[in-house]
Amino acid sequence: MFDLTPDEWVAVHLSLRIAVVATLVALPFGIAMAWLLARKEFWGKTLLDGIVHLPLVLPPVVTGYLLLISFGRRGFIGSFLAEQLGVVFSFRWTGAALACGVMGFPLLVRAIRLSIEAIDRKLEDAASTLGANRAFVFLTVTLPLSVPGIIAGMVLCFAKALGEFGATITFVSNIPGETQTISAAIYTYTQIPSGDAAAGRLVIVAIVISLIALVASEWLARYAGTRLHGE
Amino acid sequence: MLLVDVEKRLGDFAIAAKFEAADGATALFGPSGAGKTSIVNMIAGLIRPDRGRIVSAGETLFDSATGQDEPAHLRRFGYVFQDGRLFPHMSVAANLDYGRRMRGLPRDAAELGRIVDLLDIGHLLKRRPGKLSGGERQRVAIGRALLMRPELLLLDEPLASLDAARKREILPYLLRLRDEMAVPMIYVSHHPGELRRIATTIVRVEAGRVTGIGGPELLATEDADAL
Repeated sequence: MFDLTPDEWVAVHLSLRIAVVATLVALPFGIAMAWLLARKEFWGKTLLDGIVHLPLVLPPVVTGYLLLISFGRRGFIGSFLAEQLGVVFSFRWTGAALACGVMGFPLLVRAIRLSIEAIDRKLEDAASTLGANRAFVFLTVTLPLSVPGIIAGMVLCFAKALGEFGATITFVSNIPGETQTISAAIYTYTQIPSGDAAAGRLVIVAIVISLIALVASEWLARYAGTRLHGE
Repeated sequence: MLLVDVEKRLGDFAIAAKFEAADGATALFGPSGAGKTSIVNMIAGLIRPDRGRIVSAGETLFDSATGQDEPAHLRRFGYVFQDGRLFPHMSVAANLDYGRRMRGLPRDAAELGRIVDLLDIGHLLKRRPGKLSGGERQRVAIGRALLMRPELLLLDEPLASLDAARKREILPYLLRLRDEMAVPMIYVSHHPGELRRIATTIVRVEAGRVTGIGGPELLATEDADAL
C-alpha cells in the first residue's frame, strides 16, 4: 500500500501512536476539566479557563518552549519526574505525545464542556431524588448524556495531535524513529532536493488517516445518538 | 407525618411556609408563581431553605438551628416532576429500576409487577422515553418514584402538561395509589377540580405564604376547569 519506505512507515506508525496516546491520556483530564468548568463556580475559574485555552491562541512554538523549560530534563517538573518516577519526556516520543496532548486539550475540553452544559440539570436533580449520590449522578446521567461531545472532542484532539508540528519540534526536536511524526517528516523531505516523492506519499497518508478519522467519528456519533435516544 | 416550617428568599420573592402533612394526600393549592414548587424542592432537598425545619416521621432532615441538612439522595422522597424528567438514554425498564439500584435495594419482582400493573405500563418497558406519549411518560415517572420505595411521594403538578383526556386517564391511577398503596403524598396543583378528587387536606399557598389549612371548602368554587 502506497509503497512507503521503511523510514516513512516508521513516521506514520509513530504519528498514530503519539496521537492515540495523547488523546487517550488527555481524555480523563479533559472530562474532569469540562465538568468543573461547566458545573462548578469557584474563585479563579476565569483564569483556569484561560490557561486551558492558552495552547489554542499561543504560537505553538511558544507552547513547545514552555514545555521544554518545564518538562525538559532540567525543567522543574521534568527533573522531578525523571528522578522520582523515571519518566523522561525530552527528545522521546512520550514528549511528543505530551506536546500533542497539551495542544489538543482545549479542543477536547471545549467539545465536552458544551455537551455537559447542554444537559438539563433537572435530570441530575431527578437522579439525586432517586437516591443517586453525586458520583452516581455523574456516572449514570451526566457522563452518558455527554458521549456525543466526548466523541467530537476526541476526534478534534486526535486530529490536532496528528497535525501538530510547532510545539512538538520545539520541545522534542525532529528525531527519525523517536519524535519524527508525519508532519515533521514531510517538512524534512521538503527541505532536501530529492524528497518530493516521499513528501507526496506522506501527504496522501495524512489525508487518508484524516478522512478515516472523520468518517469513524460520524459513524460513532450516529451510533451514540441512537443509543442515547432510541431508534 | 411531615412537618415543614421553612423560609427562603428568592430574589424579590419571599417564601415563609409552615404546615404539617399527615397520611393521605396533602394538597399545596394556589395560583401559579405562589412558591409551591419551591416549597416542594425544599422538602426534596433540591433547594436549601434560609431558615427553618423539615422533619419527616420524627427524623430531622433539615434544621437551620443545628446546621443539619440531609442531602437529597438520602431523603427517600419519591418526586414526580411536572415534566416527567425520565432519563432519555435509558429504557423505561431501566428508568423504573433506577431508584432501586441507586439505593442498593434488593430486586423485588412482585413489587415491580404490582406497580407496572397498577399504572398499566407493562407494554412500554422496552421503549425509550422519547417514544412515549405525555400520559405514558407521567405514568412511568410515577412508577419510577414509587419503585424507589419512598416514605412520601412529592407530586408537582403531575397532570399539568396533559390535555383533559390524558388527565382523566391518569387520575384514577393516582387515586388507586393513595388508597391501595397508602403512600402519603404532597400534591401540588392550581386546579381545584383535580384536588377535589384526590386531596384529603388542603394547604392554600398564596404569594409564598400559607393562607389556610383545611378541607375542600378552601378550594375556590368558581373554577371552570372541573375534570
